[in-house]
Amino acid sequence: MSETTTNLPSERTPVTAPVPPSAAQSRRPDTRVSLAAIGIKVGLPIVVFGVIIGAWYAVSDLLLTQQQQFMLPPPHRVLQVGFFTWSNFTTLMSALRLTAEVTFIGLAISIALGVAAALLMSQAKWIENSLYPWAVVLQTVPILALTPMLSFFFGFSLTSRIIVAVIIAFFPIVSNTLFGLQSAERGMHDLFTLHKASRLTRLVKLQFPAALPAMFAGFRVSAGLAVIGAIVGEFFFKQGQPGLGTNMSVYTSLLEGEQLWATVLTASLLGIAVFVFFGWLSRRVVGRWYSPDRS
Amino acid sequence: MTTTPTRELALRFAGVTKQFSGGTTALAAADLEVRPGEFVAVVGPSGCGKSTLLRIASGLDDITAGTVSVGAQRIGYVFQDATLLPWRTVYQNVALFAELEKMPRPEARKRVNEAIDLVGLTGFEKHLPHQLSGGMRMRASLARSLVLDPDLFLFDEPFGALDEITRERLNDELLKIFELRAYAALFITHSVAEAVFLSTRVAVMSGRPGKIIADIPVPFDYPRIPELRYTPEFAGLCGEVSQYLRDA
Repeated sequence: MSETTTNLPSERTPVTAPVPPSAAQSRRPDTRVSLAAIGIKVGLPIVVFGVIIGAWYAVSDLLLTQQQQFMLPPPHRVLQVGFFTWSNFTTLMSALRLTAEVTFIGLAISIALGVAAALLMSQAKWIENSLYPWAVVLQTVPILALTPMLSFFFGFSLTSRIIVAVIIAFFPIVSNTLFGLQSAERGMHDLFTLHKASRLTRLVKLQFPAALPAMFAGFRVSAGLAVIGAIVGEFFFKQGQPGLGTNMSVYTSLLEGEQLWATVLTASLLGIAVFVFFGWLSRRVVGRWYSPDRS
Repeated sequence: MTTTPTRELALRFAGVTKQFSGGTTALAAADLEVRPGEFVAVVGPSGCGKSTLLRIASGLDDITAGTVSVGAQRIGYVFQDATLLPWRTVYQNVALFAELEKMPRPEARKRVNEAIDLVGLTGFEKHLPHQLSGGMRMRASLARSLVLDPDLFLFDEPFGALDEITRERLNDELLKIFELRAYAALFITHSVAEAVFLSTRVAVMSGRPGKIIADIPVPFDYPRIPELRYTPEFAGLCGEVSQYLRDA
């Protein structure tokens, strides 16, 4: 289900499988083709990047007046003020550290709870029928509506931020893990039925390994969502140390465009970093036998 | 389900009827016997309930009426698809049933290696299924069942998806394995030539609802050499089976 949303351009390169001895000779022509393919895959995004920077300058310098430029300062100003001014840089880095912490704790809790919930649901249809709708509800409830209540129970600091991250990141893990656990073919189930395998054996030796590719796809989507959750949480719960989200709302009210944009870029980089990390981890764990291109 | 153990027969169907919950009748009073050491092939038009026959014999499906007697102690089941677990190597796949049956480790290791050797996959133990050809995957699938040394083998069109050359070679090798150990077998296929080449008897099934309409003994001695396929006697028998199929 979420596979479609997880395709970074780099993801479409087939995972290189170990080549059986007999096929080793026929690899040469492939290398040249894939070099050209890499050229397209790297070159085109760079062209797009150039176009975006150009458009940025155009809007900032031509469209906006001097008084309006705080809304979109030109890229070099963002770099100079936001990143290369020491005091701003240290503020940015300590905020990044805090947001990353909230992201990882939130993601870890989501993975633990989400996988546990999906394992439970996979064991009986009635459990799935009773729990799954509530996972959907948790996913669709507007986070804004929950924030006042969260503040009653957990205050305005770290705990509440983490809970927001968990609520946002939880669902894709549940749905993808459940989908994965149910994805083993009937014929494979027959093998286990024929040899009277226990429920646990079937889960450990068939359903869980079969679920891994879908689970990792879910982790990856959720990792990106956990970053969003952490930042949204920081927007609302500002007590204690400031994170990226806290600083964004401060810079917005002070009309400090350079720092605001530097913070936004840093937050995006954090999102990309966790996304890429989980893509790499997925290839490490299941890439040996699973590739999205292969049926 | 009435499944009673019997000694003299590997497998016996008496008046077996199978009706699915949707109302389709897959089998209608089917009778069939497999004696120990006998290789029985079943041919029939597609959708006539051939696979259902095997699912019932193995206990995967229930029956609606009739009697199924299973004399075999251990049943090997080779599916139409190789159904190898994609995350397991050839060795680990072949070892799966031994694991599920909780066979002691050293014995399992010995038998897995023997089975891999018997199907000619030595050297490919560490390969993953996606690195193998279709024929090699079927070999691994066969080895997986051989490990348990079953006294009755059920084959559900195992070579149906392979090209003719690979199929004939695997037929030759399958016969060699069966000459070594004299297993009983029930072999479903839609290829008349394959049925006649492999079996001691060919049972012909009618279209849905499935019923055994002919039971033709195959007189050729084992070991059967590949050239048997080009003799007039072989062609004659294939013609006879085909005639029944046309009437089915």
